[in-house]
Amino acid sequence: MAPRLKLFLPLVLFVVLAAFLFRGLSLDPTALPSALIDRPLPDFQLTELADDRPLTRADVIGEAALFNVWATWCISCRVEHPYLQQLADRGVPIYGINYKDEDAAARRWLRDLGNPYRANIVDREGTLGVDLGVYGAPETYLVDAAGVIRYRHVGVIDERVWRDTLEPLWREILALENSP
Amino acid sequence: MNRLLTATLAFWMLLLALPVAAVIETYEFSEPELEQRYRELSQELRCPKCQNQNIADSNAPISQDLRRLLHQQLEAGASDQEILAFMVARYGEFVRYRPAFNAATAVLWLAPVLLLLAGGMGLLLLLRGRKQSPSSLDSDEQARLTALLQSAEKDA
Amino acid sequence: MIPEFGHFALILALCLSVLLCTVPLWGAWRGNATAMALAPNLAIGILVFSAISFACLTWAFMQDDFSVEVVANNSNSLLPWYYKFSAVWGNHEGSLLLWILVLALWTCAVAIFSPQLPLLMLSRVLAVMGFVGVGFMAFSLFTSNPFARLLPGTPLDGQDLNPLLQDFGLIIHPPLLYMGYVGFSVAFAFAIAALLGGRLDAAWARWSRPWTNVAWAFLTLGIMLGSWWAYYELGWGGWWFWDPVENASFMPWLAGTALVHSLAATEKRGLFKSWTVLLAIFAFSLSLLGTFLVRSGVLTSVHAFATDPARGLFILVFLGIVVGGSLILYALRAPAVSSRVGFAWLSRESLLLVNNVVFLVATLTVLFGTLFPLLMDALGQGKYSVGPPYFNAVFVPLMALLMPFMGIGPLSRWKQDSASRWRAELLLPAIATAVCALTLPLLHDGDYNLWVALAILLAGWVVFGMLRDLANRVRNASSLAAGLRRLAPSYWGMFVAHVGFAVTVIGVVVTSQFNIEHDLKMTPGTSDTLAGYEFRFLDVRGVRGPNYVADEARFIVYRDGREVVRLAPQKRRYLASGDVMTEAAIDDGLFRDLFIAMGEPVGSDGAWAIRLHYKPFVRWMWAGSVLMALGAFVTVADKRYRRQRSAARDALRQGGVSGAQA
Repeated sequence: MAPRLKLFLPLVLFVVLAAFLFRGLSLDPTALPSALIDRPLPDFQLTELADDRPLTRADVIGEAALFNVWATWCISCRVEHPYLQQLADRGVPIYGINYKDEDAAARRWLRDLGNPYRANIVDREGTLGVDLGVYGAPETYLVDAAGVIRYRHVGVIDERVWRDTLEPLWREILALENSP
Repeated sequence: MNRLLTATLAFWMLLLALPVAAVIETYEFSEPELEQRYRELSQELRCPKCQNQNIADSNAPISQDLRRLLHQQLEAGASDQEILAFMVARYGEFVRYRPAFNAATAVLWLAPVLLLLAGGMGLLLLLRGRKQSPSSLDSDEQARLTALLQSAEKDA
Repeated sequence: MIPEFGHFALILALCLSVLLCTVPLWGAWRGNATAMALAPNLAIGILVFSAISFACLTWAFMQDDFSVEVVANNSNSLLPWYYKFSAVWGNHEGSLLLWILVLALWTCAVAIFSPQLPLLMLSRVLAVMGFVGVGFMAFSLFTSNPFARLLPGTPLDGQDLNPLLQDFGLIIHPPLLYMGYVGFSVAFAFAIAALLGGRLDAAWARWSRPWTNVAWAFLTLGIMLGSWWAYYELGWGGWWFWDPVENASFMPWLAGTALVHSLAATEKRGLFKSWTVLLAIFAFSLSLLGTFLVRSGVLTSVHAFATDPARGLFILVFLGIVVGGSLILYALRAPAVSSRVGFAWLSRESLLLVNNVVFLVATLTVLFGTLFPLLMDALGQGKYSVGPPYFNAVFVPLMALLMPFMGIGPLSRWKQDSASRWRAELLLPAIATAVCALTLPLLHDGDYNLWVALAILLAGWVVFGMLRDLANRVRNASSLAAGLRRLAPSYWGMFVAHVGFAVTVIGVVVTSQFNIEHDLKMTPGTSDTLAGYEFRFLDVRGVRGPNYVADEARFIVYRDGREVVRLAPQKRRYLASGDVMTEAAIDDGLFRDLFIAMGEPVGSDGAWAIRLHYKPFVRWMWAGSVLMALGAFVTVADKRYRRQRSAARDALRQGGVSGAQA
């Protein structure tokens, strides 16, 4: 290598680094994709919020649905609640996972704010939450008819999130299921 | 840098909305060896919710849960590998502060060794080059060296 | 009105900086001495206006002017005055203004204390620093204006300073750290000026060396204070977390350490010129990169400032111009052929090269580890974390590799040395070291700890090697005192800094190995014993501070039945923000710290979760760092820098002008 060319090496390395840093500006380091994408919804043996009947994985799969992790102590959950109601009214099946909450408070919440959920899985100890890799509320999982997790959204669901990310995936899953 | 800890608003909201447990917890262990492993593992696991903290130092609810799980699993006799596999299966590679050695992270773990080897090689080459006095070059090389030196001086 | 005045002063400082980075350069190019001579005056002007601007922001904090946004967000009327003062730099905008002020200080210092410099060189150095100033002032004014008002909508009171920052350590930590960070801009400016002028020689190294040492010393102190602060303020008892923000300050330090050593070879022997210039560019680039990492949000850190992609983009573009530009200049102008000065395998030059290789590898490893999550994410490979287990695993062996060479370094001769001489000189130190490593760990009751023995072996090797050299140097003097007096400050500086390094190593290893931690539930009246100390928990009572209320636990620590100390850790709740903070109580000592932190109340019988720590030798870590910094400060007093200064005063002024015409 010519001696002069060798001196360009630091510049080349810097350009590569700068390209990565530029790319990094448009990435969100806090966004954490679920480790369970394309994996089955975990098994569980829990109860239903309203009537304490036993509830297992087999009871909640069979059609594509949203699984919404919520709790009464979660401020953002209250924010997204009306929009979940709208989605439910439009016929989107939503199951609730009542995460580390008190039953009485949760029932009151549903009575006062309306109940968009097909059923509510009571996860008082957060065991299902851990198996799902939940790290806060609200989180929403998109699960297909075979019970496979297809997507996770962390944070509030609103019109924009639904339209831009969840609905396209949702339609895709429905289309695949209806096609064969 | 200025060590400004601007915890995110959401984090504080969660913190205030939940009964706040202590970072200082008082788990009882059946054996001192388990306590030692608990301490080490809780420092190697990253809190998924926080900005950048291990679960041992984090006050976030999820860290409390993971610490409790860690304690349970240690008492149930799980090995370090099993516990890490359990956490990674749920929260992804992200939770490991000590990345596993695999195809994707090989470059990370080998980087210091490779850099050191490269540095050592460079050093040896340089020292060997130094040992040769200019007179040991043949006349052709000598002429080129002189030319280079002159051009370098002109550059200067 | 005052904040607008500060804003205006900052704009003026920016205008002067634009002049500083253009007019003297033009003068240097055209050989116009008048234009060049303008540089020092401009530097003084920039300092004046930066200081006015900074004073205005400080005034806004002191006067609780909550119509200023940063004051409203980071201060409170209840805050004690000294924390109002430090709150000025407890936020992104204000800390940037501090950065600007520190840069102006360095620029002005170069202008005033460099009469020995040829005017041509001085004008170029100041112009480069002016350019850096333009970047940061524009960054402040265009993306992070500290004087932005909340009008209308001025809040009645401020949101308070983050309680973690309400601490003495945080009053002095950022200024010292910035003195170091920004100080490397001087070494950088000298390197760029030398490349521009095409004259890389021993004189250039001699000029930039004291500045580099001082900057390095400040950075050492700044990092040390950060570590000390984390230790007592975060309540975890930890002192280094390998957080991206810590790494951001540590990388320039590592590169700076390499630079300090390679400058020695360049000054004394005229060697490694291109290499030294590259290191100077590298060290300052890492300072800028650190700024980018901390303020752009590309990495998650507990310490990150509230971030904004526009700010990230601005710094990245600036980084590209400064670093890219200087590396292009380097590639085009640096001497491509190494100098003809020869040296043997066994020589001080070789040992300094080993130092450079180790520190460079350490820097690059920390850089790579810090950026690895970002790289993987950018390549779509998923999310990874690289944390303390990784950094410790790679960093500790690197330092261990360094220290055997460090023991020989001070004894070795330039140009050529011999193995037989080293053997003869180092036999005694080797024996002394081995004895220490075998016996000293036994002083600690319990098992013989191999890691501690290894640390003592390495640290002892460094210290005894230097003592041997010292003995050689004073042997021929009439008396010991006369011999010691004869030694040059630069020698003393090296001596103290190397001893400091050894002390730090001992502190780090011993405290990591022998640290005892108890987390337990304690009821008032009970006690717990660790490492022979009995911690008796008396009671908990409510106390009130200026802007917080706290539960304060009272402890008495006994050893062998005798009272050692009374400690009172607190659990504070700050009134304005509602933030809860653990205030640890520490009894510090040369050989051990006792540390108590409070968790939460447990149960109903008045019990609390309590953390007790016994931390042997933890002070050594910081004491060693202070010694390192002290050593670097001492070197500046060396005669050869002073002599230059006085002799050169008038003669070289003229030389500068004639140099400019050449």
